[in-house]
Amino acid sequence: MANFFDIKARKEAAAANGSSSKAPATKETTRSQPWVEKYRPKSLSDVTAQDHTITVLQRTLQSSNLPHMLFYGPPGTGKTSTVLALAKELYGPELIKTRVLELNASDERGISIVREKVKDFARMQLSNPSAEYRTRYPCPPYKIIVLDEADSMTQDAQSALRRTMETYSKITRFCLICNYVTRIIDPLASRCSKFRFKSLDQGNAKKRVEGIADMEGVKLEDGAADALIKCSEGDLRKAITFLQSAARLVGETQVKGDDEDAMDVDHDAKMVTVKIVEDIAGVIPEKTIEGLVKAMQPRSKGLVYEAVANVVTDMIADGWSATQVIAQLYQSIIYNEAIPDIQKNKIVLLFSESDKRLVDGSDEHLTILDLALRTSNIMAGA
Amino acid sequence: MALLVDKHRPRSLDQLSYHPDLSARLRSLAQSGDFPHLLVYGPSGAGKKTRIVATLKELYGPGVEKIKIDSRVFQTTSNRKLEFNIVASIYHLEITPSDVGTYDRVVVQDLLKEVAQTQQVDQSARQRFKVVVINEADHLTRDAQAALRRTMEKYSPNLRLILVANSTANIIAPIRSRTLLVRVAAPTEAEICDVLAKSGKKEGWPLANELNMRIAKESGRNLRRALLMYEAVHAQNEKVTDTTPIPPPDWDALIGQVAKEIMEEHSPARILQVRAKLYDLLTHCIPPTTILKTLTFKLVEMIDDALKADIIKWAAFYEHRIRTGTKVIFHLEAFVAKFMRILEEYLMNMDF
Ligand SMILES: Nc1ncnc2c1ncn2[C@@H]1O[C@H](COP(=O)(O)OP(=O)(O)OP(=O)(O)O)[C@@H](O)[C@H]1O
Ligand SMILES: [Mg+2]
Repeated sequence: MANFFDIKARKEAAAANGSSSKAPATKETTRSQPWVEKYRPKSLSDVTAQDHTITVLQRTLQSSNLPHMLFYGPPGTGKTSTVLALAKELYGPELIKTRVLELNASDERGISIVREKVKDFARMQLSNPSAEYRTRYPCPPYKIIVLDEADSMTQDAQSALRRTMETYSKITRFCLICNYVTRIIDPLASRCSKFRFKSLDQGNAKKRVEGIADMEGVKLEDGAADALIKCSEGDLRKAITFLQSAARLVGETQVKGDDEDAMDVDHDAKMVTVKIVEDIAGVIPEKTIEGLVKAMQPRSKGLVYEAVANVVTDMIADGWSATQVIAQLYQSIIYNEAIPDIQKNKIVLLFSESDKRLVDGSDEHLTILDLALRTSNIMAGA
Repeated sequence: MALLVDKHRPRSLDQLSYHPDLSARLRSLAQSGDFPHLLVYGPSGAGKKTRIVATLKELYGPGVEKIKIDSRVFQTTSNRKLEFNIVASIYHLEITPSDVGTYDRVVVQDLLKEVAQTQQVDQSARQRFKVVVINEADHLTRDAQAALRRTMEKYSPNLRLILVANSTANIIAPIRSRTLLVRVAAPTEAEICDVLAKSGKKEGWPLANELNMRIAKESGRNLRRALLMYEAVHAQNEKVTDTTPIPPPDWDALIGQVAKEIMEEHSPARILQVRAKLYDLLTHCIPPTTILKTLTFKLVEMIDDALKADIIKWAAFYEHRIRTGTKVIFHLEAFVAKFMRILEEYLMNMDF
């Protein structure tokens, strides 16, 4: 198999340049691939931590009768990977191109265009796979249309889609994917079986990350894996990107068994530490947050303003993201037992307001400064 | 004659004078061959762009410095033609999609796919992928950001993005999830002094430590601003010493005057007078947020401690309004009126 690919790749390359290039292209590709792509699940059973969804899908795979589907959940939880794996298992490598149409937010998705594309695609003749091929892949007699990132489609485009779905329902199945299920209009959502993709839980995500680290020959300090998971908040893609970047930082560049001197790996590779992970993830050092909280402690008004304004100015100049500041400040105040609940009740309202303002694009400096001063004021018993 | 900011701009990672850890990190990423998508963020004037160009050079060699500017025309679905500028070397492109406002999605959709689908023209290029630098990524519309999502995954063998932003708050979660976040902190005051001294040495200017320290402080840790001030001081004075005054930028001086007028008198007539100056600033393209912030911090210095937090509260309130509203001047003026009222009430209570 590998040889076949090499020759083909080489021929293509040669034809393209008019010269014979010697480097086999495929190896180069896997090496320069970001790990998130390299370790994208290849089959349904390879998808981590979405057991319920996967079981149901595997069952439908057997019965060969797929409903329309709606996948929803936060980023990096395996939605796109799952549908790609599903398609591969249904049709195999030869048919997948003619049986699966993927439209995502980077495609023009106005009403008429979607209708046109779906129409053309649905009408294409179904090619007949050989009997032998059929024993390996179910090849059900319909096509799949994947609308990835469907929450960025306008309401109008979505309602137009209803008709299209019905018109071709005999020969096509739709799979809609989105982050926010509430952005999908009801009539559309109700036509689909819904599959919720959960934020990846600690245990499973950790196993996956450790597995990848192992395959790449990266050593993790005690607790570093936990830090990776904690900083990525259930988003496995983020965790993998952090891991890759951390690995580069400690100078691990050899892929296990990929090079002649793979044996050197164990000698040189330094450990990925918790601190490196937190650094990469943009976590603000505990000390900095403590500094802010300390400046907010009730004192005379002038002192508080001076102190808070100085700390905030520095934090902004240091480029800490305001969202991160708010998140960490929240943690440190809400879990502080010395602050009475009645004050906390008032304080959380401020956090809600500030978060909204940031999303609206408000100035980070003013927003954080205002939040800190008003919180301090409440802590002073105002 | 080139400005100091450009003339002495470091061209490679090892010429960068501050944040050595970050430079090392970027180097290790650039040398690894599996460079991720990046989201580079930090305050303006912190040196994000310089660092990115240096990283590109590490990736591809000196070829990235040979750039040309292309103008391209895009067509929207409603058949409107958009003209759009692209800065490009044979290895990378640099675009500012926010130039075309809400049509940014069209540009992002078309351009990136096109880039992704063409091979490197230079057969001996060190990297198989090309890099697209997207400026002002925090100003991209939601639609444009959504359009990036699958493109970033699907075309990753041929394409890497470097998004540049002041803040990550407006970047949607799925994009943040697809990029490695790189924070570029502003240089400290000491680090700024260091850069100024080096630049001055190259120009043959005598060293004035005290002056440099004052400039660093004035600049608010903004290196670009510091260099501009440094150059201005030298352009305007025959002999520069530690005590040479630093001329503030015109707009800053004008806002200072506005602050003074607001403090002096609290009346509708005065609001009217101030409004003319605010208009003036706006027509000179000073961003409304800069106006409001500069004014706020100047005012806060002039009032009693007891009032400071309250003024910040209203400044934040009206800045938010500026962002979400449409008529900037309304909100600037409302802030001025609010300030006058708070101050007036406070002074009256003091009298008793
Ligand atoms: N459940 C999972 N099991 C294994 N790997 C996963 C899983 N979820 C995410 N990953 C990893 O993260 C990467 C991104 O996953 P995927 O593209 O499926 O996310 P998504 O849910 O479609 O996210 P988005 O909403 O941002 O499009 C994958 O390439 C894979 O490396
Ligand atoms: Mg996806």
